[in-house]
Amino acid sequence: MDLKTLTFIVVGLSFALYIGVAIWARAGSTSDFYVAGGGVHPVVNGMATAADWMSAASFISMAGLIAFLGYGGSVYLMGWTGGYVLLAVLLAPYLRKFGKFTVPQFIGDRYYSNGARLVAVICLIFISFTYVAGQMRGVGIVFSRFLEVDIVTGLLVGMGLVFFYAVLGGMKGVTYTQVAQYCVLIFAYMVPAIFISLNLTGNVFPQLGLGGSVASGEPFLAKLDMVVHDLGFQEYTSGNKSYIDVIAITFALMAGTAGLPHVIVRFFTVPKVKDARSSAGWALVFISILYTTAPAVGAMARYNLHSTVTPGVLSGEVFAPESALSYEARPDWMKRWEATKLIKFEDKNGDGRIQYYNDKSKDADFMAKAEAAGWKGNELTVDRDIMVLANPEIAKLPDWVIALVAAGGIAAALSTAAGLLLVISAAISHDLMKGILTPDLSEKAELLAGRLAAAVAVCVAGYLGYNPPGFVAQVVAFAFGLACASLFPTILLGIFSKTMNKEGAIAGMLTGLIFTFCYILYFKGIFITPMAENIPANWLFGISPEGIGSVGAVLNMAVAFIVSKVTAPCPEHIQHLVEDIRTPRGAGAATGH
Amino acid sequence: MTSPDKKSGDAYWKATLGLLTVILVLWFVVSFGFGIILQPALDSIHLGGYPLGFWFAQQGSIYAFLILIFWYAARMNKIDRDHDVHED
Repeated sequence: MDLKTLTFIVVGLSFALYIGVAIWARAGSTSDFYVAGGGVHPVVNGMATAADWMSAASFISMAGLIAFLGYGGSVYLMGWTGGYVLLAVLLAPYLRKFGKFTVPQFIGDRYYSNGARLVAVICLIFISFTYVAGQMRGVGIVFSRFLEVDIVTGLLVGMGLVFFYAVLGGMKGVTYTQVAQYCVLIFAYMVPAIFISLNLTGNVFPQLGLGGSVASGEPFLAKLDMVVHDLGFQEYTSGNKSYIDVIAITFALMAGTAGLPHVIVRFFTVPKVKDARSSAGWALVFISILYTTAPAVGAMARYNLHSTVTPGVLSGEVFAPESALSYEARPDWMKRWEATKLIKFEDKNGDGRIQYYNDKSKDADFMAKAEAAGWKGNELTVDRDIMVLANPEIAKLPDWVIALVAAGGIAAALSTAAGLLLVISAAISHDLMKGILTPDLSEKAELLAGRLAAAVAVCVAGYLGYNPPGFVAQVVAFAFGLACASLFPTILLGIFSKTMNKEGAIAGMLTGLIFTFCYILYFKGIFITPMAENIPANWLFGISPEGIGSVGAVLNMAVAFIVSKVTAPCPEHIQHLVEDIRTPRGAGAATGH
Repeated sequence: MTSPDKKSGDAYWKATLGLLTVILVLWFVVSFGFGIILQPALDSIHLGGYPLGFWFAQQGSIYAFLILIFWYAARMNKIDRDHDVHED
């Protein structure tokens, strides 16, 4: 059976599984639709949260980022896991005790203001749409590469499927489909990782293999450092960014994670406050299986790539002509990926061999030797997004593993997209319509409005996925920066400061949102051309647009405090509400009222 | 007007904040401390084939986060019971 047929079968089977689960767990009430009836076991919720959280970016892009950044990729690993500590100790248990359906509803009630709720809805919609566009794009890429259908067809199939179970099943359907999707995606991630670790280091656990030794007995990481150094790249295990920027980015990703509405809302589905605390831990257990494997996948993919393209580098003979792979002798996977234009070869010195090295190296000695060897610049460009997808092919694994990786990538993208579409639809039907515009909406009408909103959101997401505003990576920086600077500090103050009032909260949220938005736009230019070159010399305090959410969060809090000091104090009954949120006893199931 | 109820509520909140501070300090130390600021210094020590600072940044901090959350959940359950505010 050829690879394409096999991929169709594996992906088709996974889709049949999701549809079966969705029919079994369809929603009957608004409580089912928004919070899955509020009776989800903490371990199950943890698994669903993990699938919800791990997107196409985690599955497809992260290991590739780490492969090319080395130590520099640590910001993603620490940032996207450390946020769960903040979530577990600062937000989740208290929001669960508060016991409502949505994040804007908490902000609206705590700050006794529909204005605050509206600002929160705006933040939420902006964060969630930028994020969902990336997921639909991921679905489209996997479909077009593995099933060789065009990107529009891929998008339509993905949209149809998400539409089916998010609209029909609501949170309940999504929760149980996400559990199934987690199983598919983690299996698909681990199988190639284990094979590759066994091949290179003889260790079945990739986490240990990364710290293990290659066949010659040298430590793997030391060997990798040598390989990349000999080709003029930055050593794998050391960083090259300034401390302040690394710290700012890591913090923005952490607080952004804790402030993402589709992650927070998952903790409204467990029965008790103490379940919310442990459920964050379970989510991290399931997430860390992938997140501790990703650095091994990245490092080993990088090693395999260099040893394939420049076989001579393993013996230290970098500059000998026969050290570089002859283009004619390139492996099949390289030919297949060349067709997608994600790998490009340009024979600059006309010797028919692939010189793949860092032609911008600052090492004068290396550059002199490269020139002496007749190298005329780097000849191979490799898109970092393909590292995970091409990994099984690079490591010569059987076809069913490749098919499995395709199904895993689609599972990761769909599970996140469904979670995001739900919070968007809940923000529209529950916060905007039921909460602000038409408070006398019946439960049945609200459920219908929720389903309609989800349907519209799917279409907008599909459009954004086909026609993304800027590159996906840029857009994701937006989502985290905005969540970190707007929702996270405002929810935090709502729990930990009894005296924070509505004026302070609204002013703080708007400051954080607008500051971060403008800063990213200034350097990255999503809808417009950037206004300044995105280089450290131009940045405020040397902080890049990826990390600016941290500054936005500090500004949000500072403005909120100053404004709350000079405006009317927070009413007595709200202060009692805050006291009530802080103690676990008496937490009922989440309600809409 | 300090009712006994209010007093026990304050004691509960104080205990909660105390635990929270410890957790957040440890959270900071393993990630920003060992993984970023002290990374170059720790890299001279090796853990198997891993330079230690690199290990904290790409593996160790994640394991530490896990331990922190479960430890927090267990300690909070005890604090809830000690102050009689636990759920039934």
